Amino acid sequence: MSAHHAETLDAAAGTPAPAAPPKLELTGVGKQFRTKRATTQALDDIDLTITDGEFVSLIGRSGCGKTTLLRMLAGLLSPTEGKILVEGRSLWDGSTVDSSVVSQLGVVFQEANLFPWYSVLDNIALPLQLRGDGKAERRERARELAELVGLQGFEKSYPRELSGGMRQRVAIARALSTHPKLLLMDEPFGALDALTRERMNLELQRIALATNATVVFVTHDIAEAVFLGDRVVHLTPRPGRISGITHVDFARPRDIDVETEAEFGKIVRELRHALDGEE
Amino acid sequence: MSPQRMGRWLPWISTPLLLAVFFLAWDVFVRVNNMSELVLPRPGTVLASLVDLVQDPETWAHARVTATETIAGFLIALGAGITVGAILGKVRWMEYSLRPMIVASQVVPKVALIPLFVIWFGFGMTSKIIMSAMLAFFPIMLNVQLGVRSVESGQRDVMRALNASRWHTFRHLELKSTMPYVFAGMEVGIVFAIIGTIVGEYLGGSEGLGYLVVRTLNELNAPALFAVIILLSVLGLLLYFVVNGLKRFFIPWHESVYSQHDVNA
Ligand SMILES: Nc1ncnc2c1ncn2[C@@H]1O[C@H](COP(=O)(O)OP(=O)(O)OP(=O)(O)O)[C@@H](O)[C@H]1O
Ligand SMILES: [Mg+2]
Repeated sequence: MSAHHAETLDAAAGTPAPAAPPKLELTGVGKQFRTKRATTQALDDIDLTITDGEFVSLIGRSGCGKTTLLRMLAGLLSPTEGKILVEGRSLWDGSTVDSSVVSQLGVVFQEANLFPWYSVLDNIALPLQLRGDGKAERRERARELAELVGLQGFEKSYPRELSGGMRQRVAIARALSTHPKLLLMDEPFGALDALTRERMNLELQRIALATNATVVFVTHDIAEAVFLGDRVVHLTPRPGRISGITHVDFARPRDIDVETEAEFGKIVRELRHALDGEE
Repeated sequence: MSPQRMGRWLPWISTPLLLAVFFLAWDVFVRVNNMSELVLPRPGTVLASLVDLVQDPETWAHARVTATETIAGFLIALGAGITVGAILGKVRWMEYSLRPMIVASQVVPKVALIPLFVIWFGFGMTSKIIMSAMLAFFPIMLNVQLGVRSVESGQRDVMRALNASRWHTFRHLELKSTMPYVFAGMEVGIVFAIIGTIVGEYLGGSEGLGYLVVRTLNELNAPALFAVIILLSVLGLLLYFVVNGLKRFFIPWHESVYSQHDVNA
């Protein structure tokens, strides 16, 4: 046996080299908005590494740059400083996005952004239509998703006939339709009642586990952030900086009872204090 | 009773009623003031005249000419309006460089140009078609330009996040969200097209309902004059309803359509 062979064996036994690059890697990312009236440093020096299949919750006060960060990850807004790597490849080249890097992406925006000319089913199936799936296949999948988000019976409705929370659920179904490997969600459940929200939280967890999707999830609800996240990242406002990262180690799949555990309450309390202290 | 349901049947009762009141008042007005029928004929006389007019095949030949001119002018305006509006809406530097010219050409009283068109294109249909196209062009063009710009940025983000091609973005987003503006422009445009045709016929030529107006005026035949005006109004209404019907067919999802005739009502 040659020495060379032994060496590679050794490496394999230690760290699984060559280490696969992390799903998302942000180094020194910043964003400055310049308008006629003012210059806003929305985000400053964000360093964050997110591994494949991880669920990261993002919390912070209104206006601290959560949406801005998500839009940069989605390839919709170019950072003014720093680098964003997706699986080791640079997402932004200056202010142009490398669209081949952002494939298999699902985005839920803060607003539903539905297309009023399409029915609920057609809205949900839009990403499938764009990628060229057949009609029957699309219908099937869209129906399945409509049921998943609790909109059975509204498949043929138009967005104008739905409530705000129902529209948001259509947007969630649309984002999930392609089984994305990377989900970016901006307060997706903000408009939902507590019970629906609970159910959607469980569904989201189930889907993320089943598809091994990486999720970046923005919310104002600390309990929701803790319930869903493997880590909770908190941002401070003006300029938006990461003020801390809290690890949440409850086993998955978690059920609603987790929220009654002492450990859960403790984490939520600490996070609340941390956010309060930033004032 | 829901307002929507009322909105469905009320016009069918109120319109004939209002018309009846109107004609009655008209009739009373003429008789009380003892007016000459040469100035203001009584509704009955106009009706008799209208019946005569409708039975005359010559009238229909004239109506056909007017309709042809209007539709041709309108279609030209539609094609040109959509093309120019889309280009100006999309290409900023084009709009900036052409805006003074566009504003200027809008302010020019285009009707004043008809004599020129008559000199250049003769007394036939061409000069009227051009007139009607010119009048209908601007509202269509301006609406399309506005529509192309009014695509919601949030919906654009959805397409961008989905990595949609230019064609897909056009087909699923830009085209759809511009459609209501196109139809708004068309509804104004068709009315303007009729005005253009009729004014064109007033000023030159020997065909069309506009020409009939002038001829009956020269004959001092007030009842016939009224009858022709009624025919013109009916033609205008018909064309408007065609455009409105197209709108209902193509953009049933749009607010201007579903609030007009709510499907749930
Ligand atoms: N297009 C823009 N132009 C100028 N400033 C902007 C723009 N977008 C965001 N900002 C500024 O950047 C900061 C962060 O905005 P962002 O939308 O990311 O906040 P957020 O954390 O998502 O807030 P919320 O929780 O209310 O949604 C704000 O101060 C905002 O004023
Ligand atoms: Mg936001």
